[in-house]
Amino acid sequence: MSTNKVIDARGSFCPGPLMELITYMKQASVGDTLELLSTDEGSAADVPEWVAKVGHEMLGSENVDGVWHLKIRKAK
Amino acid sequence: MRILVVGGGTGGTIVANNLARRLSAEIRNRRVRLTMLSATDRHMYQPGLLYVAFGQMTPDQLYRDQRSLLESNIEFHVDPVEKFLLDQKKVVTKSGQTHDYDILVIATGSRIVPETVPGLAEGAETFYSEASAVKLFKKLREFEGGNIALVVGVPHKCPIAPVEFIFSLHDYLKLRGIRDKTNIKYHYPIGRMHTIANVATWAKPEFERMGIEIETLFNVKEVDAENKVVRSEEGTETQYDLLIAIPPHKGMEVIEQNNMGDGGWIPTDRYKLTMNGHDDVYVLGDTTNLPVSKTGSAAHFEAEVVAENIASIVKIGTPVRDYDGKVYCFIEAGHDRATYAMFNYTTPPDLKPASKPMHWFKTAYNQMYWTSVRGLL
Repeated sequence: MSTNKVIDARGSFCPGPLMELITYMKQASVGDTLELLSTDEGSAADVPEWVAKVGHEMLGSENVDGVWHLKIRKAK
Repeated sequence: MRILVVGGGTGGTIVANNLARRLSAEIRNRRVRLTMLSATDRHMYQPGLLYVAFGQMTPDQLYRDQRSLLESNIEFHVDPVEKFLLDQKKVVTKSGQTHDYDILVIATGSRIVPETVPGLAEGAETFYSEASAVKLFKKLREFEGGNIALVVGVPHKCPIAPVEFIFSLHDYLKLRGIRDKTNIKYHYPIGRMHTIANVATWAKPEFERMGIEIETLFNVKEVDAENKVVRSEEGTETQYDLLIAIPPHKGMEVIEQNNMGDGGWIPTDRYKLTMNGHDDVYVLGDTTNLPVSKTGSAAHFEAEVVAENIASIVKIGTPVRDYDGKVYCFIEAGHDRATYAMFNYTTPPDLKPASKPMHWFKTAYNQMYWTSVRGLL
């Protein structure tokens, strides 16, 4: 059964939001959805770039009150 | 009031010593009992492993007797915890002893898990343990030129280590007169060459000046040790003669075995540093799931907050401070220069140019650590 997990990486300069996403992606199962919260403007570009390159699925990306909510499904 | 600290690394030792001094009167009149449980009677200065890998320190210089670092009013047992019975406010140790607590501090740290990447343990050298750092130094001494590749697992302790290692490697190979016979290729998991944007901005031209090849978006998928090839999740591969890995990490097995956190990382309140759902359990250092660096520095600043709050609970019944995400990391930029990065949840690091005095400060800190871990600095 797939699960949804929220990764709160707000205010993270090191390891940073994308590194946090990679950490939790390794722990997730195929089909799981991860929602990454980030206050790093760069996340809007670098997260989709990595997701596309590795072959996962980008489900959505929106900025709510200065926090990026990036939803990704683990595809492999 | 029974305060139990589980873990004798940087975070556990600082929090225990800090509490021992803040609560010395309460411990003396037996209102408070302060106990530490650790897996070992030795304390290692882990950042020193980088120097061991280049023959600049020997392993014996990295250790002190743990008891010698602790205030005398701390009960200390080498007896690691095997069961956390949080609902009953007690833990059970390897020897079968039960310890009750009113406040629990968990600082069990993290461990390397190269075995989670196929071929990595067999094909790559590392410097995240005493034995592996010595082995790597011997490999480097024997090295006569060729292709050296550095790859980075996720997550990893000391996120600045990959950059520091490359700077030191460049200087080491130059000293040996074989830098011009060696290609160095640096691989990094995300789309820039370091996760801290300012570090990437500073280090990228430095790497280019040194002739270091950089490949970003490289997450290690597998190592073919026989054919000396490392492949990435992103579909690329690199041929090597000597492969060096920053290995991936997990939290300690005991955390997972007690269902306290996926990957061994305990879900922790980012400000209060309490375990989610357990206000009587504090978590610090590598053990948390917080998005802060897994470094002794983070553990140090977290320990000061935790100790002040626990002492305040004893004295006035309430905690007094929040953790602001503070981290301070030295960055060695070779054998004779260094800089630093300091940041918290709201302020990014503002990197200064690398300098010799900062390297001397780092060299001094390698000894000052023993004062720091006693909670005096």
